Amino acid sequence: MALSRFTSSSTARSSTLLKPLTTAFLLRRPISSDTTPLTIETSVPFTAHQCEAPSRSVETSSKELLTFFRDMALMRRMEIAADSLYKAKLVRGFCHLYDGQEAVAVGMEAAITKKGFHYNCLSGKGGSMHFYKKGSGFYGGHGIVGAQIPLGCGLAFAQKYSKDETVTFALYGDGAANQGQLFEALNISALWDLPAILVCENNHYGMGTAEWRAAKSPAYYKRGDYVPGLKVDGMDALAVKQACKFAKEHALKNGPIILEMDTYRYHGHSMSDPGSTYRTRDEISGVRQERDPIERIRKLVLSHDLATEKELKDIEKEVRKEVDEAIAQAKVRSISSEKERASVVGLKFSSESPMPEAHELFTNVYVKGFGTEAYGPDRKEVRGVLP
Amino acid sequence: MATATTFITRGRRVVSSVSRRRFSSSCQNAIQQQQEEKSQPGGGKSLNLYSAINQALHIALETDSRAYVFGEDVSFGGVFRCTTGLADRFGKSRVFNTPLCEQGIVGFGIGLAAMGNRAIAEIQFADYIFPAFDQIVNEAAKFRYRSGNQFNCGGCLLILFIELDEISCDSAGLTIRAPYGAVGHGGHYHSQSPEAFFCHVPGIKVSFFLRELVVIPRSPRQAKGLLLSCIRDPNPVVFFEPKWLYRLSVEEVPEDDYMLPLSEAEVIREGSDITLVGWGAQLSIMEQACIDAEKDGISCELIDLKTLIPWDKETVEVSVKKTGRLLISHEAPVTGGFGAEIAASILDRCFLRVITSCRLLLCLFLSMKKSSLERMLVQPSNHGVPHQRE
Repeated sequence: MALSRFTSSSTARSSTLLKPLTTAFLLRRPISSDTTPLTIETSVPFTAHQCEAPSRSVETSSKELLTFFRDMALMRRMEIAADSLYKAKLVRGFCHLYDGQEAVAVGMEAAITKKGFHYNCLSGKGGSMHFYKKGSGFYGGHGIVGAQIPLGCGLAFAQKYSKDETVTFALYGDGAANQGQLFEALNISALWDLPAILVCENNHYGMGTAEWRAAKSPAYYKRGDYVPGLKVDGMDALAVKQACKFAKEHALKNGPIILEMDTYRYHGHSMSDPGSTYRTRDEISGVRQERDPIERIRKLVLSHDLATEKELKDIEKEVRKEVDEAIAQAKVRSISSEKERASVVGLKFSSESPMPEAHELFTNVYVKGFGTEAYGPDRKEVRGVLP
Repeated sequence: MATATTFITRGRRVVSSVSRRRFSSSCQNAIQQQQEEKSQPGGGKSLNLYSAINQALHIALETDSRAYVFGEDVSFGGVFRCTTGLADRFGKSRVFNTPLCEQGIVGFGIGLAAMGNRAIAEIQFADYIFPAFDQIVNEAAKFRYRSGNQFNCGGCLLILFIELDEISCDSAGLTIRAPYGAVGHGGHYHSQSPEAFFCHVPGIKVSFFLRELVVIPRSPRQAKGLLLSCIRDPNPVVFFEPKWLYRLSVEEVPEDDYMLPLSEAEVIREGSDITLVGWGAQLSIMEQACIDAEKDGISCELIDLKTLIPWDKETVEVSVKKTGRLLISHEAPVTGGFGAEIAASILDRCFLRVITSCRLLLCLFLSMKKSSLERMLVQPSNHGVPHQRE
């Protein structure tokens, strides 16, 4: 549920706490830095609509596979941490977890080019689902998910106009796929041959409603009719990577394409949804056993003898430690001033966090200098001046 | 005829006189007798607000086989549990999940109501109502007017009574329920109070009987009675539920079928120095303000408006003529808010009576709010009342 131009952040759905972590792990060398090409077949063939499916043989390397493993383990750990932080009331607001779908984010990121790293989303006021990262062309998530698809068409038009040979990935889920806005966006992007890749992350439940209860045709890759589509195993990071590479070339040459990522979310839609009222526990554990994206990479690494079982376990331990450290750091970071920070190190942060400055509430409503003044109840006392 | 009219608001009376029909609701007389006692505390089981809504929906479906409940995730009980148990009791054909498409939900509801049914649509959060804005403003509100009363989404099903000369009209209609307002941690897409947008629909001013109602209850007892009235009202109604109170507000709610009058404000606290007007979740904050002000020797009269369009000007007018001062408080932003509408109307009616200018105590400008900041700055607190002393 995120919208990305040119490149995408793999951490769209988790907490801000993840941000410092990602920097940390990028600086560390993986166990294996072996980049010798390795060809691996995708779990299932691609299913194509109005286009020729790409090959099942994906080129990768030991380094890439281990990076996938580490990235996904880190994401999984962070989601679990966000879950417990939320339940401990340390993370407020709404919280939507992504565990189970890691392969989509990781595979997509492997297929695209990155530029720059700026983790500057800390001052945003959106909360869960609303992360932005301009430096990498990540235009963020939007609360009404269908609404971000036409927005993606606008990005793609600008890209096409400036002839910079880049594409837009507009992400949505099987729930948002039933919004009328998607079809408006499809028409616009096909009419003007925009380099837009519409990625439908089909986790089979739109909030609490199973896809077959909400969609006459759950074949989302076909629902563009005149827009080509590809159905991809979204639990297989390599298949996602292959599909995204293919879609990029296609979009630059021919215009829009839909990628349907067949994936699964282990948790409920949000924290108020236990995730077990509309599906069986057997179904969830079945997917965990058969299709888990992390386990799939673990098996590949072991069967190709790229690392030992112990080395993989060590990676997981490291990841766990990193997450714990980042949480501890975040607890301190949430204290705004240096002085206050020094005084509360080692204390529980929830009760110690100070209130944000009052003027923060009015920041970024309008462009600086073009806003208005807000008054108190008597209309005499100025309560806040928009910066 | 006369029995029904005391309960029915001016607008409805226009309908009945124009169409020469009256409402068949056999319970109408009973309702009228009941409404006095039902709006007073005491009696019934202790319920919170979402359970009271749930009970109202059970009654609505029970008493009318042409009533339907639909929306996102409603068959599992909905995100706020308001529709719990409905699908089990009334079946999947009458209580069903829709895809995530608000425009589709409301448009579908209009069609369903136009065929003489009671369509009860749920928009999961009031913030999600905007994709459906066109359907509500252009299609639902003006269907009757555009078609010269041939079609509407607050339809009338004709029932011939035993006395053949008396044609009765059993109202059908569209009710759109949506949780609104601050909840303490909602963020942009889960906290807005969009009532003023719907109060601006021009059709309302042209004629009473194509009005679109905007109703906001303050407590469980109120919620149940008002929701049943809305569902049974022959006009499209937008019913905003204060999500902050879903679990927080608990009171004794009568278990039986009762309705509370729409477009009738209620004086919930009498006073002589100043009139306070509000609706929904804001009432509890204002009530506390009244108690605080009393300690300072200020006697506050508190009015729950309940229905915003058409709103009960008379009750507010009588009160302001008595106190000479008016303070309005709502969660929605100041500019273009419904508070300004009230202030302007009352100033017009009570120009020679008001001692000081009307005061609006509202959300400081923003509609978005986050965590603790939200509670402190955005939700109007009770600090403003002492300012009125001067």
